[in-house]
Amino acid sequence: MGATLKDATAIAGIGQTPFAKRLPESEKTLACRAITAALADAGIAPSEVDAFASYTMEETDEVEVAKAIGAGDVTFFSKVGYGGGGSCATVAHLAAAIATGQATVGVAWRSRKRGSGPRPWKNTAVQLPTPAQWTRPFGLLRPADEIGMLARRYMHQYGATRDHFFNVALACRNRANQNPAAVMYDRPLTREMYMTARWISEPLCLFDNCLETDGALACVLVSAERARGCRHAPVYVHAAAQGLPAQHHGMVNYWNDDPLTGPAWTAARHLWKSADFGPQDVDVAQIYDAFTPLIPLSLEGYGFCGRGEGAAFTEKGALEIGGRLPLNTGGGGLSEAYVHGFNLITEGVKQLRGTSTAQVPDASTCLVTAGEGVPTSALLLRS
Amino acid sequence: MKFMKPSVTAATDNRTASATPVDNSPTTAAEPATADGRSDPADGFLLPVPDDDGAPFWAYAASGELRVQACADCGELRFPPRPCCPHCQSFASEWRRMSGRGRIWSYVRPHPPLLPAYAALAPYNAIIVELAEAPRIRLVGNLVSAPDAALNSVPPERLRIGAAVKVTFHEMADGVTVPRWLLERP
Ligand SMILES: [Zn+2]
Repeated sequence: MGATLKDATAIAGIGQTPFAKRLPESEKTLACRAITAALADAGIAPSEVDAFASYTMEETDEVEVAKAIGAGDVTFFSKVGYGGGGSCATVAHLAAAIATGQATVGVAWRSRKRGSGPRPWKNTAVQLPTPAQWTRPFGLLRPADEIGMLARRYMHQYGATRDHFFNVALACRNRANQNPAAVMYDRPLTREMYMTARWISEPLCLFDNCLETDGALACVLVSAERARGCRHAPVYVHAAAQGLPAQHHGMVNYWNDDPLTGPAWTAARHLWKSADFGPQDVDVAQIYDAFTPLIPLSLEGYGFCGRGEGAAFTEKGALEIGGRLPLNTGGGGLSEAYVHGFNLITEGVKQLRGTSTAQVPDASTCLVTAGEGVPTSALLLRS
Repeated sequence: MKFMKPSVTAATDNRTASATPVDNSPTTAAEPATADGRSDPADGFLLPVPDDDGAPFWAYAASGELRVQACADCGELRFPPRPCCPHCQSFASEWRRMSGRGRIWSYVRPHPPLLPAYAALAPYNAIIVELAEAPRIRLVGNLVSAPDAALNSVPPERLRIGAAVKVTFHEMADGVTVPRWLLERP
């Protein structure tokens, strides 16, 4: 066993813009605001930044960001694919670079005007024959339709109900109602509202779908030693993993033995293998929630319960503060902001600093996951 | 092997994990069928845009045959089609005719916001069919009451996981044919 990532690096700074359906500034400006805020939070000068990581879908590239914020000479830069599946991997790539001496101060970020900008699925001019030729002509147009297929099968196979999906939506909304920065801060959700909401793609209704948000977030990663001299207590990257399972097909994962065993299972195996603790020791979880069914699927994949038990896990307030596994304590993509899951990373940091608006008492370990249903990634953070 | 002509419409980006709108976003109704506003030979429905690996599937569909790629060396079926066999790495492949029988593995009923042609029929069904010969080969399609019937022609109460279905074919546009599915017991 050679070099290890375990606790070698830490998140020293986080930053974010406001979240809204529409923000007036450009994605580039929002990116720079989030990044400079994260550096100020860490107390690190922009000129010290020598590494960047983001998503392939990020529209603002490293050249633009680096020259705008006044970064120094950059010696590591990386972009991760598959939309929200890349969120945690941005931090993981920086951790690997810093732990192996390729860089010293890394910035990961995501800036996106998904609230006021176009919906990607409306772009019918983009030529992506594989696998769209097998799905689009039949009216399987949107991510909600693609995940709806897996959700229906999951309900059929394991007896999951809409009430289970509601448990997820409610937990996220309740946390958003505690978080003044959340888009849904002043919009409580009731079971009546959920059960009578309009459908998006049966079996998924409006509240099973994440928000459409303008906003940007960033975090600053440094060595553990450097982090101990920064402004806030370090939040260590204890373990990190990416996951692309054998014979996986992306969000239309319909063509293997077991489509309900998604990338979470692959990422989890690697994550726990390299960690000093297990699922039972996780104090709070930030699990990617573009759609409510991704939560029970992820709970199973990351080992919080057995196969087929993810829906039942959500019962009896398990995902609420005080429950077995407090979930998405800033409100998540469902109710705080949908910025490809980056707000789940920063919320994990807030929990371990003890500064969340829905603080889990004495939280010292947090699982953060990226988009399930696409090639994914995950982080175990600890204080 | 005849190859279908390229279609005007193309497919959308499915590699984003982004989602549909929630209650802080109004539904937009009047938008062009394609992002660049071109006219469309299939009345706004998206035509398959085959790649090199998928082209034979569509060519066979145009002649009324449901065929799936198989390894010409080890014989393993694979879908979607790809350049080489994940089991034995052979680049030799053949296209094996299927019986066209299968069962519904899952289904959704999409509601707006949708591209206009689809929104006009919403809610319609999209189904996944697992083939009788190879249950892990699952084709996305539509359950219809007749080969050329609308996407919403089957009443929703007839949609059921496990229901037996058989293939039929529908010409979406000149020379562009897609498989569709009929209930074995209508
Ligand atoms: Zn073979």
